[in-house]
Amino acid sequence: MAVKTIISRPIYGTLSPQLGKHHLFIADAEGALAITDMTGKAPPGFFDGAEIVFIPGPEGKYIAALEALKPMQLHIAPSFASLLPRLKQTLTNAHMGLRLYLAGTEGLIGQAMQVALEAGIDHTSIATEHRGSLARRMQCVHCKGITENVTTQPATCSHCGLLLLVRDHYSRRLAAFQGVCINAEDRSEIPPIEEAFP
Amino acid sequence: MGITFRKETFRDDFTFRNSPEHIRRFPFPFNEDAYMYAVNIEPHVVGPKGSVLENLIDVDEHYVAEMQDRALVLAEDPLRCQLLPHMTLAGWDLLELLMEQQALGYPEHFTLERNGDRWRWINRPLGIDDTFTFGDTSTLPYGPMEYITRQSQGDFCILDQRDGNLWMDAGMVTTQADWSLDFDIGMNFFEWHAPVPLAHEKGIFTRALKFLTNIQQGKPARRLNWTMTINPRLDTSPENYHKWGPDRATVTPENVGQKVHLRVELQSFWRLPRSNAIVFPIRCYLIKMDELVTQPKWARRLHRVIRDLPEELATYKGLTRYRPTLVEWLSKLDDGSPTSPGFGPD
Repeated sequence: MAVKTIISRPIYGTLSPQLGKHHLFIADAEGALAITDMTGKAPPGFFDGAEIVFIPGPEGKYIAALEALKPMQLHIAPSFASLLPRLKQTLTNAHMGLRLYLAGTEGLIGQAMQVALEAGIDHTSIATEHRGSLARRMQCVHCKGITENVTTQPATCSHCGLLLLVRDHYSRRLAAFQGVCINAEDRSEIPPIEEAFP
Repeated sequence: MGITFRKETFRDDFTFRNSPEHIRRFPFPFNEDAYMYAVNIEPHVVGPKGSVLENLIDVDEHYVAEMQDRALVLAEDPLRCQLLPHMTLAGWDLLELLMEQQALGYPEHFTLERNGDRWRWINRPLGIDDTFTFGDTSTLPYGPMEYITRQSQGDFCILDQRDGNLWMDAGMVTTQADWSLDFDIGMNFFEWHAPVPLAHEKGIFTRALKFLTNIQQGKPARRLNWTMTINPRLDTSPENYHKWGPDRATVTPENVGQKVHLRVELQSFWRLPRSNAIVFPIRCYLIKMDELVTQPKWARRLHRVIRDLPEELATYKGLTRYRPTLVEWLSKLDDGSPTSPGFGPD
């Protein structure tokens, strides 16, 4: 579970039905369970007008569970990158009354929120629930490259190769935690690399 | 009589020096023999002649060299100057403020002529004489914020005010003490200060935000902040930390006086008239230990402050590696006698 350490570090809630005309869910992997867990709380017919966009991940689980909700639309995407054009189009054309629900890994929540922010949706109006991996999306402050699915502390930048301290400092605009060279003062110091974000 | 601008560098051969007059006017940030965070904000009013507060926007002997260093930083990394789209008007506000203040304080170096929207700006130290239309970005070689902050010492953050908070939505940041505009742009006041230790728990930021959101036009405020830098390097950005970080391992008892610099930020806060944004200039002053200890009171006091600094603050300010060497060096200049009250030298 994501723990509040410093103020910029996002924390997530539990999905619950919001008042709205159109309900858009974006989830990856175990995030599907955050949606199916809503069934007890949702009013009858809630999912009839819902669109669920799901990135199952390599194991391909939970698709049947989402189908069973009988949403108006269920779209399965192989990756966030493949989903991006569709998501931008949906949000650009969205009207008042759209409710956005994000569930799954922090990388998914962060990137979907980034697109929503660019479309003018206030981040405080977006419902989020973290499920699954604690892996982080990290921006290297030095070369500006983004490394996806960082699970270790420290972590190597996949672009410039510097060994980075993965900070809790987080930018919604970049949808990334900040990585700063951990041994900048003496490159011969190699701290132990631990599995910190499983 | 104008300012004699020094030819000097803040990188490579590090020829930066302060003249004896500039040592005396250095904004020493400690008014007692210990340091802890406080909301040390006061009205930004004109201070004594010969001090850095003689004018509300200070121009000093390092002006030309600092502007050259800024141009080098921007050429390497244009992301140090960014502005979210809704902040252009605030950029014009800032241009007006800095042109007015610099022309007011230093008429021998800067002249602003206004004829309606048609403005002429003469910057003699940098050899600039431009005529432009106020409000029309196409009449300047850069956007208004970038144009004027390439000609003004210090970093500049422009904070949009909405939802009872301040948002870091624009800035020119090339002389920063280890924070990234590119990462923090778009964050609110609490978010961009998130990594600062101890101060949140003390309620510092809640009180500071309340004060800042109430700043009125024509009534700017200021505070001092400080850290230390090895070599007189202005660009101690996180972006380049892997390049300047090794400097911290080069401090020896023999070179403390030349290598270790006290870095003081004079931060001021101004309400901008059209945009209702706050501009937050962060003016950086550097002084090497050999220069600082020419004032015996400062030497004694700095010894006590650095020796007794809480460990979290020393870590946050990046002093850990060389603090023992520095304290040992300063201790030889501290005979234990009392220091007089106030910031200034005896």
